[in-house]
Amino acid sequence: MTAPQPAGPVVITRDGLDGLVEALISDGYQVIGPTVRDSAIVLSELDSAGALPAGWGVETGPGLYRLRRRDDAAVFAHSAGPGTWKQFLHPPRRQLWSTDADGGYQPAQTPAPRYAFLGVRGCDLAAIRILGRVLGEGAHPDGAFTRTRQALFVVAVNCTEPGGVCFCASMGTGPAAGPGYDLALTEQSDESGHWFVAEAGTAEGERILAKVPQRSASVAEKEEAKADVSEAAQRMGRAMPPVDLPALIRESVASSHWEDVASRCLTCGNCTMVCPTCFCTTTEDVSDLTGDHAERWQHWASCFELDFSFMHGGSVRQSGASRYRQWFSHKLGTWHEQFGSSGCVGCGRCIAWCPVGIDITEEAARLAGVDPDPGQDPA
Amino acid sequence: MNGAREALAGDPLFAGLSGTELDLIAAAARPVRLGARERVLREGDPARGCWLIHSGCVALDLAVPGRGQVVVQTLGRGDVLGWSWLVPPYHWQFGAVTVQPTTMTELDTAQLQAVAEQDPRFGYTLTLALFGALALRLQATRARLLDLYRVPDGQP
Amino acid sequence: MASPDRTGAREPMLPVPYQVTSRQAETHDSVTLRLDPLGERLPMAQPGQFSMLAVPRIGEVAISASGVPQPGEASLEHTIRAVGAVSRALHDARPGTVLGVRGPFGTTWDLPSAAGRDLVIVAGGVGLAPLRPVILGALAERDTYRRVCLVAGARTPAEFLFRRELDAWACHPDLEVDLTIDQPSAGWNGQVGFVTEPLARLRLDPRRTTAFLCGPEPMMRFCAQGLLRKGIAAGDIRLSLERNMQCGIGLCGHCQLGPILVCRDGPVVGYALAGPLLSIGEL
Repeated sequence: MTAPQPAGPVVITRDGLDGLVEALISDGYQVIGPTVRDSAIVLSELDSAGALPAGWGVETGPGLYRLRRRDDAAVFAHSAGPGTWKQFLHPPRRQLWSTDADGGYQPAQTPAPRYAFLGVRGCDLAAIRILGRVLGEGAHPDGAFTRTRQALFVVAVNCTEPGGVCFCASMGTGPAAGPGYDLALTEQSDESGHWFVAEAGTAEGERILAKVPQRSASVAEKEEAKADVSEAAQRMGRAMPPVDLPALIRESVASSHWEDVASRCLTCGNCTMVCPTCFCTTTEDVSDLTGDHAERWQHWASCFELDFSFMHGGSVRQSGASRYRQWFSHKLGTWHEQFGSSGCVGCGRCIAWCPVGIDITEEAARLAGVDPDPGQDPA
Repeated sequence: MNGAREALAGDPLFAGLSGTELDLIAAAARPVRLGARERVLREGDPARGCWLIHSGCVALDLAVPGRGQVVVQTLGRGDVLGWSWLVPPYHWQFGAVTVQPTTMTELDTAQLQAVAEQDPRFGYTLTLALFGALALRLQATRARLLDLYRVPDGQP
Repeated sequence: MASPDRTGAREPMLPVPYQVTSRQAETHDSVTLRLDPLGERLPMAQPGQFSMLAVPRIGEVAISASGVPQPGEASLEHTIRAVGAVSRALHDARPGTVLGVRGPFGTTWDLPSAAGRDLVIVAGGVGLAPLRPVILGALAERDTYRRVCLVAGARTPAEFLFRRELDAWACHPDLEVDLTIDQPSAGWNGQVGFVTEPLARLRLDPRRTTAFLCGPEPMMRFCAQGLLRKGIAAGDIRLSLERNMQCGIGLCGHCQLGPILVCRDGPVVGYALAGPLLSIGEL
């Protein structure tokens, strides 16, 4: 699916964005994008670009997430929302099969959705790539995930508004969106107007973009868009310390650090729910009262659950310290050996949504014995 | 006692001993050959001597009211039989009886202790060798105490 | 019909119906089931591999293969101990019961790689079940291997699996068999002691010995240490590990042991890799 010599970046207006959403919907895509609901910016199906969170930004910090009104109408100037794109690619609950009195096993008849994700930041795009490796490139790929991802249309956004908990730059996943998008937008909003520099990354992206009124971007416009993104890299809320994390984690297995974190960690599992790459699931068998019809369902699980590692009369990891160590060591350490990259994309959600404000970058710094990077002005 | 000397040299228990030290032990050693179901030790008797088993099988037993003679451990090639000669009150705590025809080297522990009194370095080396065997026996006994093969409690 | 995944293989989370065609009680809480396909046949499990066995409405568990593929047959053999809801239901399954099977999954004991060497097979309790295919495989090609030594431990004499076969193996001229029990038991004239003890008594040549261990983790650790004391290299010691398994195919995350996914990088793992991991508490 290689694009034939994609045209250079173009400029589309705010109305053009409306047109983009319309074009996707009429092409049969279910458009998923950010919208304001319940005092947060959540991902939801959009019936038009009017549902985007125009003029909404966020204030984020350890254990902190608040909406705040911006003085413009930017629609992508927010981060670290509680939902991630994984809930659509790897649903929280999914039926696997059912069986009836005849004993045969029927796979669940779930139609493969055709999603268009609108507003995927660099961190989240990297997370989708990581999930693709975990769920799609093993010896037994998850068929439902693979089918959904194959049909996926991605409109990425190059981030110009990093948040207080963001550290994508130090994880190499942003603020510019990496490969894997059909379209990439860079939002520009100032006194002269509100527009987007748009670029196609695939033939399908070209095809959809062609339906939207556009003009070629000038050199200045292209430069400014790039500059905004580079400048965003300097305004990260924090940074992961530049150490060899897998080696550090291997050496720290008996560190007293884990007990220290455990004295704060509630093992609530919020971090695993909001993390865009956490993928663990548990299977569950249910049946009706007659017992004739049974179903197996798969639902999200968390390594913080007390019985996650249950075996032979007890769980292997019972203490909070061992469970936090498992999550941290897997995400930043053993993920490399298992799947060939870090499991962390630097989105910062685990920091914002931790009720006690545990900061994964700070814990890494403490483990490494270096000063945590205080970051730039928190957003 | 060439045969005894060879048997001792080949025993992993004494792997760390020098030729001279092996000679000292060999001087206190004599070969023993027993048939099946022959009693080697009686529980409660004065503890004299210890045995290195070369072949066969020896059962350690204890009289338990209501259960008769209970075999708590069997020993075979490479195992040491008899520790209580080193430990007050110097009486056998368990009995020992052969299960099969068994060959052993019996050590005159009174003689060895006399040598050790004169040569504490030898006494220390010998004791260390015996200690190593005892440690492994204790580890195995603790593993049995864990009852690892039982059905686990607390099911999902 | 299940749509094939990327590799063209069948949907790996969908069980295939297999019927229990025979049920052999081994001990008071363990049985060996023979399962035959009702239609679709799965590939045969190699020694060391496991299948996910499903009892509809109750659940699914990972059970190692306890038999070897027979030419021209599609039967699976699994020995199950009743320890939980699903395994109890499997244990109680009578001939005619239809179960769901997925697999085979996991790494193998790789017996062929030990050709020309002495085999030391050490089983603790129901750990004998995943090792039975190694013994059967060695017997089927006896000349391929030099010595074949089996050390099997059980709580009491009544808790040995495959009792009749064990007795036959104990009399086999080309097998060295040591059976030992943990608990003093009346009427037993055999060895009494932990498996490490008969293992320590074996005179082995470390340059040509490959060891296969299966049983409770502490038992495997003690046995591995005993083998290392004899000069056997960690790379020549293979363990069968166990962890909580939900999917069996590397997607659910439950079976992790440090960097290893036991369903994918195990259950058979070399001691050089497994040893350091097993010595870490709550890993």
